[in-house]
Amino acid sequence: MMSQMMGWIDARFPLTKVWKEHLAEYYAPKNFNFWYYFGSLALLVLVMQIVTGIFLTMNYKPDARFAFASVEYIMRDVDYGWLIRYMHSTGASMFFVVVYLHMMRGLLYGSYRQPRELVWIIGMAIYLCLMAEAFFGYLLPWGQMSYWGAQVIVSLVDAISPTVALWVRGDYVIADATLNRFFAFHVIALPLVLVILVFLHIVALHQVGSNNPDGIEIKAKKDPETHIPLDGIPFHPYYTVKDIVGVVVFLMIYFGIIFFAPEMGGYFLEENNFIPADPMQTPPHIAPVWYFTPFYAILRAIPQKQLGIAAMGLAVVIFFLLPWLDKGLVKSIRYRGTLYKVALGAFVVSFLILGYMGTLEPTLWYVNPVSRICALVYFGFFLLMPVYTKLDKTKPVPDRVTS
Amino acid sequence: MDKLQTDHGRRRFLIGTTSVIGGVGVAALATPFVLSMFPSARAKAAGAPVEVDISKVEPGMMITQEWRGQPVWIVNRTPAMMAQLAKNAHFLSDPGSDKSEQPEACKNVPRAMKSHENVLVVVGICTHLGCSPTEKLKAGNEGGMGADWPGGFLCPCHGSKYDMSGRVFKSMPAPLNLKVPPYVYLTDTRLMVGTDKKGT
Repeated sequence: MMSQMMGWIDARFPLTKVWKEHLAEYYAPKNFNFWYYFGSLALLVLVMQIVTGIFLTMNYKPDARFAFASVEYIMRDVDYGWLIRYMHSTGASMFFVVVYLHMMRGLLYGSYRQPRELVWIIGMAIYLCLMAEAFFGYLLPWGQMSYWGAQVIVSLVDAISPTVALWVRGDYVIADATLNRFFAFHVIALPLVLVILVFLHIVALHQVGSNNPDGIEIKAKKDPETHIPLDGIPFHPYYTVKDIVGVVVFLMIYFGIIFFAPEMGGYFLEENNFIPADPMQTPPHIAPVWYFTPFYAILRAIPQKQLGIAAMGLAVVIFFLLPWLDKGLVKSIRYRGTLYKVALGAFVVSFLILGYMGTLEPTLWYVNPVSRICALVYFGFFLLMPVYTKLDKTKPVPDRVTS
Repeated sequence: MDKLQTDHGRRRFLIGTTSVIGGVGVAALATPFVLSMFPSARAKAAGAPVEVDISKVEPGMMITQEWRGQPVWIVNRTPAMMAQLAKNAHFLSDPGSDKSEQPEACKNVPRAMKSHENVLVVVGICTHLGCSPTEKLKAGNEGGMGADWPGGFLCPCHGSKYDMSGRVFKSMPAPLNLKVPPYVYLTDTRLMVGTDKKGT
């Protein structure tokens, strides 16, 4: 009965074929480790953001007069509204935690290298889209940080073309028109693009196959009879089960934050955003949410407006060029030499310090000097990469993956 | 010519012309959507000039008036503040306001009308990225700005500093002095922000 029904469907839709190609007979390297949880976790967070977002729109009002109050209404009067809203706001931060770790995996094991350049580029497009999605969403509560954060970012556009900034705002300042259109972008336009990009990311990945901690192409060594990679195991059930373990641990942390520290000491939800937007008064200290602060620190470290904007833009866009900047003979950090390890270490440290500097007040004497040094290290990691990856003394790569 | 043979030149021409016509159609259809995002007629109409009564602004005091959704500051500067302005030039980026935006009548050190030199009228929006600076009007260490602070404004976002004429300090993220909007004195204590003509 069941097989008859599957036969009926398969004649009309390639259900069994898709199941096999992407799960039951998608052969992933058998040596995945901790770093390989974050792709599936990112997918989980995306689904949760969409679901909680749908329920939030049922009570949220995208109108400058009612927006702030409607969020408070969700928090106080809607049954379990606080839970849905905290799941969404915490989910936004956790999305970036997971995505940054996912990108770090790429840096560690050379997952952006040939033949996975398009997987990386589509992934970077997802990251850009996610930043835009987070930015548009942050205006919606219409608090002081929402308002002034949007004002600063749209002013970046203003510095390049005032007409475009006017077009983005739909008014001469951030106003009701801006809130309304950001709502439209946040709930329909960008989520659609995001879902399509995630689909393309997975299609591109399954075309070339997954990388692994050894940076070895498992397709090079296949069983002569079955043509299955010798070091490959079917994604389902092996990695679906592994990922479920990751999901359980992730959800423990995620709900731990939601129940015990949903504001995360002002890092996930900023204090000033509990004050309604006031176009006449900038709060005494404004900083973006933590996931934008490294780029924000670069922006304000440079004492010239256009150069600062250019440097900030470059700091994000330069990731796209990684596949071509890296001239190393090996992919994985396991077989790289000291030079790459030091460079990557310095990059991660500079990124974290920049992130911290971006949360501090600019008047503290050490903020600008420290940010400038870290920005130099940050750009040095990319711009000098063709040199140090070439000079680096690499170790021989084994034929088969290590366990 | 054999009727069954494909005429590639003709096919290319037809594909080309169809694509161009289709492209023009898409561009034509996109135009109203793109234009719909510019400020609406209602938003444009909201930019009318506003009248301000400054009779209750004591020396050393500042008020904020909304104009086009932006804060406009009106500061009644004390004689001490006025005296300090002339000494500031050496640490300012554009002391003569040559690159900055202001009505011609206000292109001077106090950046104000000759008739009421002590009254500063500026748009309180940092020329860097549009934050509204915080007032640090009192000179010296009182506001936590250091003993050599000449009095002025500090932008909380990226640390740009301005003096009591809204002139930006050297080596700041902000490139220009604060903008002075067009304004006109209707009487000694009433002014109109947003126009330089009395009749409107």
